[in-house]
Amino acid sequence: MKAAKILTTPRMERCIGCHSCSLACARLVHKRLSWDTAGIRIVSSGGLSTGFEAKPCLACSPAPCALACPTEAFSQRRGGGVIVKRKLCIRCGECAAACPVDAIYLDVATEPFVCIHCGRCVPFCPHDCLEMVEVPAEPSPEEEAKEVAS
Amino acid sequence: MIRDHFRILAVDLAEGKGKVVTLEGRDTEVGGSGLAAVLFNKYGHVGKPWDHPDQPLIFTIGPLTGYFPLMSKTVCSFKSPYHDQYAESHAGGRSALALRFADLDGLVIVGKAKQPSCVLVGSRHLEVKDVHYMWGMEVDKAGKLLRRASSGSGHRSIMRIGPAGEHRSAMACINVDTYRHFGRLGGGGVMGAKNLKGIVVEGDGVFDLPKGKAYAELFEEVYKQLTTTDMMDKYHNLGTPVNVAVLNGLKALPCRNLQQTSDPNIEGITGERFADDALLRNTACSGCPVGCIHVGYVREKFMEPNQYLYRQVSYDHEPIFATGSMLGITDAFKTLGLMDAVEKMGLDVMSAGVALAWATEALEKGVISEHETLVPLAFGDAEGYREAIRYLGLAANDFYQLLAQGTMKAAEYYGGEDFACVLGQEMGGYATGEVFFASQSLGFRHSHLDSGGYSYDQKHTDRNLQGAVDFLVNDEQGRVFLTSMVSCLFAREVYKEELLGDCLKSLGYASLAENMQAVSHHIQKLRWETRLATGFNPAAVKIPMRFTEVTTWKGQVDGEFLDALKGEYAKRIIELGRKDEEDKA
Repeated sequence: MKAAKILTTPRMERCIGCHSCSLACARLVHKRLSWDTAGIRIVSSGGLSTGFEAKPCLACSPAPCALACPTEAFSQRRGGGVIVKRKLCIRCGECAAACPVDAIYLDVATEPFVCIHCGRCVPFCPHDCLEMVEVPAEPSPEEEAKEVAS
Repeated sequence: MIRDHFRILAVDLAEGKGKVVTLEGRDTEVGGSGLAAVLFNKYGHVGKPWDHPDQPLIFTIGPLTGYFPLMSKTVCSFKSPYHDQYAESHAGGRSALALRFADLDGLVIVGKAKQPSCVLVGSRHLEVKDVHYMWGMEVDKAGKLLRRASSGSGHRSIMRIGPAGEHRSAMACINVDTYRHFGRLGGGGVMGAKNLKGIVVEGDGVFDLPKGKAYAELFEEVYKQLTTTDMMDKYHNLGTPVNVAVLNGLKALPCRNLQQTSDPNIEGITGERFADDALLRNTACSGCPVGCIHVGYVREKFMEPNQYLYRQVSYDHEPIFATGSMLGITDAFKTLGLMDAVEKMGLDVMSAGVALAWATEALEKGVISEHETLVPLAFGDAEGYREAIRYLGLAANDFYQLLAQGTMKAAEYYGGEDFACVLGQEMGGYATGEVFFASQSLGFRHSHLDSGGYSYDQKHTDRNLQGAVDFLVNDEQGRVFLTSMVSCLFAREVYKEELLGDCLKSLGYASLAENMQAVSHHIQKLRWETRLATGFNPAAVKIPMRFTEVTTWKGQVDGEFLDALKGEYAKRIIELGRKDEEDKA
């Protein structure tokens, strides 16, 4: 099985605050012009003189947002994070409330926007702040059962 | 949002209310510079003084803002305290994208607030808020409090003034997001006259994009061009300070109030020196991957034995020339210290540096005394300048109050007009020769960016009067279209006519894309008509004698050629600004 990848932000000290990543996500994934309706959003970390922070999904496994979702619009993604099925979403906002790192943006209609770890933002970062990394494959239920048995 | 008209918010500070106004003109005045002139003609008053409460303070963006990279600037226009005429100043930071996402093509502020106030604007929000407690605060402190008083971290623009603006200085800037400025011609003074300490624009709107893949593909192509050409190297690497050593080598760097055009100790303030010793990091305007903003630092010992504080200061070629070579200071950290002092007061750095250079020579020559300057001023003495910057910002006595209205105003009163380095306003950091001197003296913004006169000087050695004036007029026309988009002019080598046309078409502005030449000529005319209507007489502009005493790598400036250039360029501007020409056509 192909290893799962997640988006990471290992070099945010290099960030220049151009918002190219957020704009790329909104443009390419969500088909909008926005720096809000994006899976990665950039804020200043206490004023412009202190640099920038990214607010991406940290690819939790299990993901509290998926556990909180009452309609299975968010489900657990292999490798961490969530798979989003927009049609199932009832705009309750429980996912955003459950996220411990404020990575889910709710628009005015309470539609959630979260990183889907596709990596389309990465080439638009001029300072190489972002990186897709492979995550160790999680053991299948059969493998887990074997480990317990031995 | 993509629309065939303009959506404007007009805020009346006296009432504390605003009105959303729809205006036609996308295909004719575009946005940015063009829209700003339209709005001044609608809301401004030619016959009333600049500080009349009815006069507008205008901010505009363009049709491509946010949709393409480096379409990241905002045009601010107003009747200027510097010359009481129509003026534009440009800045980036987050201002342009914040206005885009606040769903505004233009923001107009009229009236005078009853008490010191700030305006908070978003796509679903307008508030005029009492901030009397901020009056008197320096720029950095006011910025921190405005941050606390508003929402939208990371997605808002915080514009504010310092004491210089409050004192209605003609050299007061509007600070934008700490490291950028509507620097020139006294926009900060206009805010001060309106009792307006700050403006916070929260970009909280979301818009649909054109259907299909074409737009996203074009974006990627433009992005690639902008990040793979030598532009990245030029503006991102050393940035504009690379010019310091280059111009010094050409004997074209204004030094010591333009008594010299090079300094033997220049290596202390070159772009290379700043990068090696003082550069902390780069930062960017929103929507620009180039990241040309260079942030350095000042470190101060405030107590023995080892108690220090530090502050971050952005630097560029112009601030280095103004607080460095022009004042005889060739130590990077000392110039950063002066830039920091200028920032706190909310002064325009070029105006302040050139004004103090004049004051230094005037003091040396006995035209003024320490009674006026309050501190001894001497080329190379940073401590004296640090105090003088504060006095200038606070308009601390009659001398500084007059100097803050413009170096030439002080020179006309005290004497020393011959060596006041004023080309329409305090000179920019280029002593390249006749074409630049004529260009800045008469140019619309009195900026080195009105047209590339400084570059023309470096490429031509002939005395071709018509060729030079044609260049200035035609180059201005091209730049006016870009500043109506509103593009960063650093991207001008990429955003050529064909690419601009493609970008406009991808968003549905096909008619505009097909008429760029005619539209840019129309906007160029409209701007000059507006400027001339408020009293500008290009034929009356004088260039001080100091500029004819300059020796560059080409030899001594040719006074006769300079005079001829000025006369011819003035004629062309008067023709452009003649109202009936277009009607007849």
